[in-house]
Amino acid sequence: MSTHNGHAIDEKAEARSYVLTLSALLFLTVVTVGASYIDFGQGNIVIALVIATMKATLVALFFMHLAHDRPINGLIAVAGFIFLGLFLMFDLIDVDSRHDAIPQNLHAPTVQTTAPAGAPGADPAPAAPAPAAAPAAEKK
Amino acid sequence: MSSSTLDVAHTPHGDGAESNPHHQSHFTTMEQQFDTSKIGMWLFLVTEVLTFGGLFVGFGLMQNRYPQEFIEAHEHLQRLAGAGNTVVLLISSFTMVMGVLAAKTNQGAKCARYLWMTVGCAGIFMCVKAYEYNHKFEEGLLPGYFYHHKGDLIAGSHGYSTFFSFYFMMTGLHGLHVIIGAILLSWLAIRAKRGEFNSNYYTPVDLVGLFWHLVDLVWIYLFPLYYLIK
Repeated sequence: MSTHNGHAIDEKAEARSYVLTLSALLFLTVVTVGASYIDFGQGNIVIALVIATMKATLVALFFMHLAHDRPINGLIAVAGFIFLGLFLMFDLIDVDSRHDAIPQNLHAPTVQTTAPAGAPGADPAPAAPAPAAAPAAEKK
Repeated sequence: MSSSTLDVAHTPHGDGAESNPHHQSHFTTMEQQFDTSKIGMWLFLVTEVLTFGGLFVGFGLMQNRYPQEFIEAHEHLQRLAGAGNTVVLLISSFTMVMGVLAAKTNQGAKCARYLWMTVGCAGIFMCVKAYEYNHKFEEGLLPGYFYHHKGDLIAGSHGYSTFFSFYFMMTGLHGLHVIIGAILLSWLAIRAKRGEFNSNYYTPVDLVGLFWHLVDLVWIYLFPLYYLIK
């Protein structure tokens, strides 16, 4: 846990774990480059990001020592990524809901005062869109 | 912890805090001092993640707006150069972590060697980057207003220049981090060679190491998103 006492470190074991981590990272790099030459359609981006995340996790856990470090550091790191996820999530929600907001789907703004105040038959609750409400009031 | 600062000299902490020239009086032990520095470094790294994160989100949004242009533009990037640079950075992360291990096992000369190897990898990375940038400059694949590449499928679209705006902004900011990292590592390598680090004090090596791994981490995402996405 505490890496602070020199004599408590098994240098050989640590070095071996770093070599293994590096091998895994290089292997995943070969896989991700290889996969990019094959067309999986939408799957390509998913594969690329999943492998990138696996690599990032390996780096964070072993090279950045989060696996054996004090939990507070891991907590800070995870919190950072959670906030990044929030940021990304709300942006994606925005983009994905844009098709509801193309100009054809927009309604004309409601205008409140089409009939003069106190006119007989003026609807007290003009909930309908203004352009439609005005002629209706005249017909009455 | 709070009341023990005064009798630190009389308490057998066993980690040499009382005699360590790097020990700052407001910390009880060297270990506490080390942990505090590390928390600070991690907080800084989170701000880095969010800085790059903002750019990644922007890139994603623009890819959503100009999907065809982005796919076409990404064909101009050399996948093998990117893959080579990925390997270089991964190896540099390995030499970095070996340098930290050497520092905390009292092997200053070995630590310096590993740190210089890391600096060497940074140099190779930047050379490949310069080669790639040069290729983009020659073809007029430049950001924003300066874009003047001929023969795009969707002539006149802003999608291409937007792609290269993001490309140069993100790889440029990443490259700046590589350069800053290399400068810090050179400084540490000199100090390590002088034997300034040992099992009781290797904080700078460890923290710069964390920074260096973050640079690697950013590239781990940059590489697939720019070079591999279809």
